[in-house]
Amino acid sequence: MLAYLVRRLLISVPLLLGILCLSFLMLKLAPGEPTVIQQDLQARATGAQRETLRQLYGLDKPIYVQFWNWISRVARLDFGRSYMPDGRRVIDKIAERIPITLGLNVLELIVIFSVAVPLGILSASRQHSGFDKATTVFVFVGFATPDFWLALLLMILFGVQLGWLPISGLRSLNFEYLPFWAQVWDLLSHLILPVLVAAFGGLAYLSRIMRGSLLEVIRQDYMRTARAKGLPERAVLFKHGVRNALIPVVTLLGLMVPGLLGGSVFIETVYAIPGMGQLFVQSAFSRDEPVLMALVVIGASLSLLGNILADVSYGLVDPRIRVSGQGVAE
Amino acid sequence: MAGLLLLGLAACSRHEAVPESAAGDSAPAYGDTLVEASIGDISGLIPNITSDSSSHEVGGLIYSGLIRTDKNLRPEGELAEGWDVSPDELTLTFHLRKGVKWQDGEPVTARDVDFTYRYMVDPKTPTAYGEPFRQIRKAEIVDPYTYRVTYEKPYAPALLSWGTWILPSHILEAAWKAGVDLRTTRQNRSPVGSGPYVFKEWKTGEKIVLESYHDYWEGRPFLNRVVYRIIPDQSTIFLELKAKNIDMTGLTPIQYRRQTDYPAFRKAFNKYRYLSNSYAYLGFNLRDPRFQDKRVRQAFAYAIDRQEIVDGVLLGLGQVAVGPYKPGTWWFKPDVKTYPFDPARAKALLAEAGWKETNADGVLVRDGKPFSFTLRTNQGNQVRQQTAEIIQRRLRAIGVDVKIHIVEWAAFINTFIRKRDFEAILLGWGLGLDPDQYEIWNSKMTGPDELNHISYSNPRVDALLEAGRRTFDEAKRKAIYGEFQDIMAEEQPVVFLYVPDALPVVSSRVRGIEPAPAGISYNFTKWYVPTDEQRYTR
Repeated sequence: MLAYLVRRLLISVPLLLGILCLSFLMLKLAPGEPTVIQQDLQARATGAQRETLRQLYGLDKPIYVQFWNWISRVARLDFGRSYMPDGRRVIDKIAERIPITLGLNVLELIVIFSVAVPLGILSASRQHSGFDKATTVFVFVGFATPDFWLALLLMILFGVQLGWLPISGLRSLNFEYLPFWAQVWDLLSHLILPVLVAAFGGLAYLSRIMRGSLLEVIRQDYMRTARAKGLPERAVLFKHGVRNALIPVVTLLGLMVPGLLGGSVFIETVYAIPGMGQLFVQSAFSRDEPVLMALVVIGASLSLLGNILADVSYGLVDPRIRVSGQGVAE
Repeated sequence: MAGLLLLGLAACSRHEAVPESAAGDSAPAYGDTLVEASIGDISGLIPNITSDSSSHEVGGLIYSGLIRTDKNLRPEGELAEGWDVSPDELTLTFHLRKGVKWQDGEPVTARDVDFTYRYMVDPKTPTAYGEPFRQIRKAEIVDPYTYRVTYEKPYAPALLSWGTWILPSHILEAAWKAGVDLRTTRQNRSPVGSGPYVFKEWKTGEKIVLESYHDYWEGRPFLNRVVYRIIPDQSTIFLELKAKNIDMTGLTPIQYRRQTDYPAFRKAFNKYRYLSNSYAYLGFNLRDPRFQDKRVRQAFAYAIDRQEIVDGVLLGLGQVAVGPYKPGTWWFKPDVKTYPFDPARAKALLAEAGWKETNADGVLVRDGKPFSFTLRTNQGNQVRQQTAEIIQRRLRAIGVDVKIHIVEWAAFINTFIRKRDFEAILLGWGLGLDPDQYEIWNSKMTGPDELNHISYSNPRVDALLEAGRRTFDEAKRKAIYGEFQDIMAEEQPVVFLYVPDALPVVSSRVRGIEPAPAGISYNFTKWYVPTDEQRYTR
């Protein structure tokens, strides 16, 4: 198991380096410069002032110097200062947002897992029943629904028409003055819609996988053996069926992490949640390269971490991999 | 402060929706909170070194300038109670108001003004607004309440440039002298100003909270708190507005016309409408021989139905532009040559210019080459994209083939505008509060980072623009800029398209809003909510 883990970690190193290289090049090759944004068509800016800004940000140095400076700082988690006029340290800007995005993603994973798995089990164990057909319809609706449309519909229904849930943001304006339990509810109520919307697609997908996987397991010989030795149907299903069917589901859950992180870009913008995704959009539009590159690196690292965790948990649920150490991920 | 920004709301007094409860039914009262939506987070709280409109809006409530513009866009004293212009028009002397205090209790003096001046002209200061201050030859503190600046040459935009936010020298000067980047100081996150509102908190990406400054020199503002909620999505802002969680924002033409016209909304909000301080234009690269011919540009002006753009794209919320200035300003000349929609005349002018024959596709041909060009505009502006399509159709009707290319903003500016690598562009100019447009039209301003993108050159215009800057005499300036507008109308260096309306909406519980040529925000400190209608207690 340990050898497997080490091997898995070692594979990630060149992968990470590749990501660093590609992201740096992509950003540098894109046309336009941050100084252009800072003074978009202001009638009072002159060329000399623009040159001042370029030097201030080190944009006048050759590209390999910029790359080397950046890489050596990344190793120390020093991503430099933002190009934005606040000039804050990039790591500070991201650090205050990471907990929000990670918290949101963990909640989404929990919701996806805890709804998709029972849903999959129920429809697989009652294949072709009315319930199975209804969930199939639900799942395809889930696949087909665009996030942004669902988000707006739910906001209009629960926020504007019914007024049950807040429309956007993370806290109410009077948050500081609320008693503790009201604060907890305030936070939760703000999270219900974004988590639901973000989880919807993944939930549909994973419940489908769970159903398919369980249907396959149900037809295995050892299931027949279990029934033959007289185990009750519940025990057969959960002890022998579900446990085996979960293997691909757990892997896929880990692989969903990059997708959810990507989804944060949209969810956090629409729901005005000050997380990393929102920062990414802002930085992209204002060509805030240090922040963008830091976000790409951190996002990529988190995705890699998700994959590693998936592989490890794969090892945990599947003894064959743990024992041989030869298991191949993906 | 409005003099040097692109965002000052300014307008003629056309407005609708007078508050339903007419004046006099309830007395001004202190209290309540006004919640505004901001599409982007602010970038810092020393607005002199930011260039985004959110930072300027928040900063404008925290800081004040020596002068400001009144409801009719005339300069009036803010921190200065008055000023003198020397007879040779070279020297400006400001007399500061006595007894004005920074929000930490220190007095505001000429030392603060002097520090702000020296900071703005410091080459290390990352500001886009230093230019007017570099025209100053000598600046001196005469006494703690008198400040005098002398310019190289008479410089008419000088006065409005002193609307810039005055910074507290007792907080920043030592750090600046020690070479510290002021963006890293506490002042940039938690500022002390001299304006009507005191900074309370800034939760990154979430909100900014300001509270009224009880010792503000003009009296305590009525609204106790102003909260800017940062909501990066336009449709979310609109939903929050409909749910009454936001008290003030700007509407798009379609929201104004179609999506807010129901009784509940009309009861909860007052919509305002006035001309914005900007215009959109179709510009040509005048280094291209095809566009150097005035008749071709005039033909385009005749061929494009501008009223159709105003009606179809702006839904009537704007007006046709006839020149580079906003209608209603003192320097605007209404009786210039206009170009009513007339395709036949457009065709005749093109024929005069040698574009007579057409090829198999119906496109005009001269010397074997079809009249075909690419029109570029920036991404993310629906109104501009639709305008481009209308222009494309109208020009096709007179035999000119237009291709549309929509480019992301940074790439648009850097790849096409700076390198002058374009045939035609669709863009807009935000206008200052002074008629000086030297940077846009002077033939010397054609460097890569300068603003005469279209390479316009006319010696008479150059002379007029120079003369207009060098006198403070309004009558003289009016005559100078009048002639300038006549030349613009005749030459059509760009086809002037439209001036859009600004469409702010404010909760109907807020009273005291009096639309004026300057828009609605000029008397913000006098806005109030009657006691029985106040919504937020803290």
